[in-house]
Amino acid sequence: MKTLSPAISFENLTLGYDRHPAVHHISGDVHQGALLAIVGSNGAGKSTLLKAMVGELRPLSGRINFHGHGKREIAYLPQVVDIDRSFPISVFDCVAMGLWHEIGASGGLDLGCIERVAAALDAVHLTELAGRAVGALSGGQFQRVLFARLLLQDAKIILLDEPFRAVDARTITDLIGLIERWHAEGRTIVAVLHDIDVVRRYFPETLLLARKVLAWGRTPDVLTPVNLELSRRFHEGYDEQAAVCEHDEARETA
Amino acid sequence: MIDTLLEPFAEFAFMRRALVGSLAISMTAPPIGVFLVLRRMSLMGDAMGHAILPGAAIGYLLAGLSLFAMSLGGFAAGLAVAVAAGLVARSQIIREDASLAGFYLLALALGVFMVSVHGTNVDLLHVLFGSVLAVDDTALLLVASIATVSLITLAVIYRPLVLECFDPHFLRSVSRWSSPTHLIFLVLVVLNLVAGFQALGTLMAVGIMLLPAVSSRFWVNSAGGMIMLAVAVAFISSVAGLLVSYHYSVPTGPTVILACGVFYLFSMLAGVRGGALWGLIPRRHLEA
Repeated sequence: MKTLSPAISFENLTLGYDRHPAVHHISGDVHQGALLAIVGSNGAGKSTLLKAMVGELRPLSGRINFHGHGKREIAYLPQVVDIDRSFPISVFDCVAMGLWHEIGASGGLDLGCIERVAAALDAVHLTELAGRAVGALSGGQFQRVLFARLLLQDAKIILLDEPFRAVDARTITDLIGLIERWHAEGRTIVAVLHDIDVVRRYFPETLLLARKVLAWGRTPDVLTPVNLELSRRFHEGYDEQAAVCEHDEARETA
Repeated sequence: MIDTLLEPFAEFAFMRRALVGSLAISMTAPPIGVFLVLRRMSLMGDAMGHAILPGAAIGYLLAGLSLFAMSLGGFAAGLAVAVAAGLVARSQIIREDASLAGFYLLALALGVFMVSVHGTNVDLLHVLFGSVLAVDDTALLLVASIATVSLITLAVIYRPLVLECFDPHFLRSVSRWSSPTHLIFLVLVVLNLVAGFQALGTLMAVGIMLLPAVSSRFWVNSAGGMIMLAVAVAFISSVAGLLVSYHYSVPTGPTVILACGVFYLFSMLAGVRGGALWGLIPRRHLEA
């Protein structure tokens, strides 16, 4: 497994807001075709790390190396809470946005595109709801919509931020099916998750985060009672008067 | 009856100009308003609208009753408030709505202060409430140009703008449109407020932008549908406002906005999506 080439590499990465770091000095590779779960308690920096991987957050220091993967090869599933579901947009239109890299800001949908959107809706069992407004959907149905959009993005790297939040067991099973399909197709998948049982069952690799890497490797080696206890004891270390970080390589901060 | 509707426009050139001017505004301001409402930025629009006043007043003081100077001043001041609001939104001490309320009270006071110290009361009323009946060819040209530019621009940024409202993180993950779209949209808001203030005045310009947009949400469930309905409402309100103000000799700007307000109240009561009256009628539930 270690011989596989890396898809994403963290090179002494420090992320944060207003100079206060949320994630400290992360180094390591996510290899190509990995199915990696990021786990940690609230405020551990999981979503921050994902946001940086999407390019929404500039690192305070260090960098992320995508080994030549461009924007169109990275698909991102935002947290549902960051989406305005009261916006009057239909399920079909929302899913069709997964074709952004082909249609851009002003391109139209040709027949082939329409068929592909329909196929994606079919794959998540939402064909009958295509004309509905997204605001009329349940939490589980809406998460299926977002997965259909990911399907259309057809990306090599897929980043999921809490994909199973407020989703019932049956939907989780269906969505896991899609994730396993992507995994079998050799795509690289990184998911921020809360449910340890789901991680144990379906994710071969885990990164345990508590503002720094507590453990990173095969899931059974990472999710040990000792590590989980460490993760639980961590609490948000935000300090108004925090001193400048003196970690050796931190000095390059601009 | 037909006479009552047509005669003012057939007979008087100033009424025809007023009609063209307000229809041009009705075509461009409501679509912008729809996105203000959908982005939950209505209060922002309000604050920017009020900021136009001191800006236009500065233009007036420097260059007299020059359309160009007043528009430019209004434009600059509107943008300044947008930028200031953006900066304040980052500090998390004061909520955005509080800071916006602060801005627009300040802007209004400053504007009224400046106009009353240096101008006559007639000037003040002119800037505050507009004078659609005194719209000249230059003003008409300005309004029409702004309408053209903003409709074309809106068509170009439509898809990114929808995504920026609906799912901004997704937009940022697939493209670099996010920040440019937001900035262009803010510029469009200010431009339309400037266009509106020629005819309706700084206080009323926000009205034709927001009221039809809010009303339309009670009837349709798509952004495109809201835009069309909002434009229709603004059209009808403009014509109705002009006619009422002509026949009863009441100020035009407020009458147009009141006509929009009638639609708003009616939609709130009878709108098929969340209108208050529907909740009062007991209806049996559907099968699925």
